[in-house]
Amino acid sequence: MLRTHEMELNMGPQHPSTHGVLRLILYLDGETIVDCKPVIGYLHRGTEKLCETRNYYKNVPFTDRTDYLAAPNGNLGYCETVEKLGGYEVSERAQFVRTAICELSRMASHLMWLGTHAMDIGAQTMLMWTIREREVILDFFEAALGDRLTTTAFRPGGLRRDLPDGWIQAVLGFCATFPDRIDEYELLLSKNRIWIDRTVGVGLISAEDAIDMGLSGPLLRGSGVAYDVRKAMPYAAYDKVDFEIAVSNDCDSYGRYVIRLKEMRESTKIVEQCLRELPDGPITGKVPKVLKIEAGKEVYHQIEAPRGELGYYIVADGSDKPYKCKIRAPSFVNLAAITQMVKGLLIADVVTVIGSIDIVLGDVDR
Amino acid sequence: MNNTWLSDYVIIPLILILAILAIFPLLVGYIVYVERKVLAFIQSRLGPMRVGPYGLLQPIADALKLLTKEDIAPRNADVFVFKIAPIILLVIGFTGLAFLPMGEGFELFGYDVSLSIVDVNVGVLFLLAIMSLSTYSLVLGGWASNSKYPLLGALRSAAQMVSYEVALTFTILATLLLAGTLSMSGIIDAQREAGLWYIFVQPVGFVLFIIAMVAETNRLPFDLPEADTELVAGYFTEYSGFRWSFFMLGEYAAMVVMSGLLVTLYLGGWMRPFPNVELLSFLDFIPGFTWFVLKVGFFIYFFIWLRGTYPRYRYDQLMGLGWKVFIPVSIANLFITALAIIVMDSVFG
Repeated sequence: MLRTHEMELNMGPQHPSTHGVLRLILYLDGETIVDCKPVIGYLHRGTEKLCETRNYYKNVPFTDRTDYLAAPNGNLGYCETVEKLGGYEVSERAQFVRTAICELSRMASHLMWLGTHAMDIGAQTMLMWTIREREVILDFFEAALGDRLTTTAFRPGGLRRDLPDGWIQAVLGFCATFPDRIDEYELLLSKNRIWIDRTVGVGLISAEDAIDMGLSGPLLRGSGVAYDVRKAMPYAAYDKVDFEIAVSNDCDSYGRYVIRLKEMRESTKIVEQCLRELPDGPITGKVPKVLKIEAGKEVYHQIEAPRGELGYYIVADGSDKPYKCKIRAPSFVNLAAITQMVKGLLIADVVTVIGSIDIVLGDVDR
Repeated sequence: MNNTWLSDYVIIPLILILAILAIFPLLVGYIVYVERKVLAFIQSRLGPMRVGPYGLLQPIADALKLLTKEDIAPRNADVFVFKIAPIILLVIGFTGLAFLPMGEGFELFGYDVSLSIVDVNVGVLFLLAIMSLSTYSLVLGGWASNSKYPLLGALRSAAQMVSYEVALTFTILATLLLAGTLSMSGIIDAQREAGLWYIFVQPVGFVLFIIAMVAETNRLPFDLPEADTELVAGYFTEYSGFRWSFFMLGEYAAMVVMSGLLVTLYLGGWMRPFPNVELLSFLDFIPGFTWFVLKVGFFIYFFIWLRGTYPRYRYDQLMGLGWKVFIPVSIANLFITALAIIVMDSVFG
C-alpha cells in the first residue's frame, strides 16, 4: 500500500559537519525539516565536578578544554572569577596582555569558524586559507604561552611569565597584514551569488526570541541587539581600548557572517592598541602560593568569549578548592535555538545553521 | 589500402577499445592527481608529495589500496542491485568515450584507422541517451544500499539530472540545427566548412552547455547527490573498495565525455584553432589528437577550478535555476537560432 510518512534521519554523532559529536534527530518530509531534536552529551567529561577536586591553580587547564578553540578566553573567565572571589589585584600590564591574547584567540576562533562554515556550504578553499592565518596566531600562542591549543594562558593574579622578546613586533606585523587577508576572504564569499543564496534568510531568529532563549554573542548581535559583555560590563582592559560592537539586523546566517568578519577586524584594532600602549610593570600579581578563599563567598563573573557570554559561578568553602564551579557555556545556550531555526528549512540548511551558531562540543557538553 | 569488413568493424575497433580500457583507468588516476594538485595550489598547499617524486605515484598507490580492500555490502542491502549499480555507471562512462572523435584518421600498416571508435550518424543522440542512463546507476545504488543518506542522494540525483538534461538537450539542438547532422564527426566537418567554431555563433548555448554539463556530471557547485557535508557521501555512502572506485571512474569518465562533447559541439573538436586561416597552417604538423587533449584538458581544469572557488547550491535553488532559468533560456536560444537560419537562408539563398 502506498503511503507517505515522515522519515527520521539520525544526523551525527558521526557526521562530517556536526562539528564534533553533536547528534541531531531530524524528522523529514522529503527534504524539509519538520522537527529537529538535538542530542548532546557525547563529549561530557564532568569538568564542573572535576573542578571541585583540584585547587584553584590546578583548575585552569580544565578551562582550556571546555571551549578548546578559544582556550585563553576560558582561562580568562575562570581566573577573573577567582580574582574577584579572593579580591586579588592584577597589574595593569597583565590586564593589557590578557586582553591582547584573548582578542588573538577570538580571531583564531572566528577564523576556524569561517573556514568550517564555508566548507559546510561547499567552499572548501576557505578552510585552508583561514587555517593558514590561524596557524600564525597559534604560533604566537606557542611562543608566549608554551602551547597552541590548550594554552593555560593565565593564572589567578596575572600571567605565568612575561612575553618573549620580539613577540610584540611579530604580532603587530601580523595585525598590519591581517585586514588584507579578511578582504581576501570577502572577495571569495561576500558577493558570491551562491553564498548569498545559501545564507540570506537561513536560520532566522528574532531579537525577542534571542533574548528569551538567553542567546549571546554574534547570534544575539546578529538579531540586532547591541549587547557585548566587553562594553556592557568591561573586564580586563576593555574599558581602556577603543572598539565598536558589530551589530546586524538581518537575523540570519549572512548577518552573523558579516558580524564575525567585522569582529575580526575590531579584534585586530584592540590587539594593536593593547600592544602599542602596553604599560611596564610586573606581570604576575602578589597572590599567595596556596589560594584559600573564605567560606560563604560566591561570585558570578562573565566575559565575552568568541561564542558569546561565558560565565563562571564559583562558590568557596574555605579550603583551597572551589566548593562549586558552574560554567555558563555560550555554545550550550546557543544550541537550544537550533530547533526553532531549522524548522521548515531543508537538510542543506541544517548544516548552514549549525555552522552559523558556531558551537564547540567541548563547550556544550563540558 | 587493404581495409576489409573485418578490419574496419572488428579488429581496429577492438584494438582501440582495448587501448581505452587499458589507458583510461590510469588516466583517471592522473586526472584525480591533477585535481588534488590544482586544488592544493588554489588552497596554498602542496597536495600529494609522498609517494614518488612530487607524489606522482599516488594514483597507483590509491588504486592498489582500493583493489585490495574488502568488498562490503550492507547486511540489509539488495545485494545484487547494490553490486551491479557501480558497474552500470562504469560501463556507461566508457561507452560514452567510444563516441568521441579524438582526432583525424591516419594510416597504419596499410589500414585506415579512425580515432573515433564508432562514428554512427546519430552519434550525438546516442551519446545523450547513453549518458542519461547513468541516473539509473545512482538511483539503484542509492536505493539498494537500504540506508537513508544514499536514498536522499539518489532522489536528488534523479531530479537534478533529469531536469538539467532537458536544458542540455535544447542547447545541443540549436547547434545541431546549424550543423544539420547528428554525427559527431559531421559536426566537426560542418564547423570546418563554416570556417569558424560554433562557440562564436552560439555563445549563449556554449555558456548554457557548460553549466548544464557541470550539473549533469554532479560536480561542484552542483554536486548535490554526493554533497559530502550534508549527506556524508550521498548515493555511494555505503560503498567501499573497488566498487566505490567504479563510481569515481564513472564520474571522471562522464567529465571527459561531456568535455569531449562540448569541444566537439562548440570548439571544433580536434581541429586546430581557426582552421580556415591559412596563416596558421604551420600548426598543421601537430596531430589533431593533441588539440583534442588540450581542449578537453582545459575543461577538466575548469571543473577543478570551479570546485576550488564556489560553494554548493541548495537543492531547491538548483531545481529553480534549472526549470526557471535554464530551460526557458535554452528554448529561446533554440528558437532564435532556428529563426536566424530561416532568415539567412531566405535572404542569401
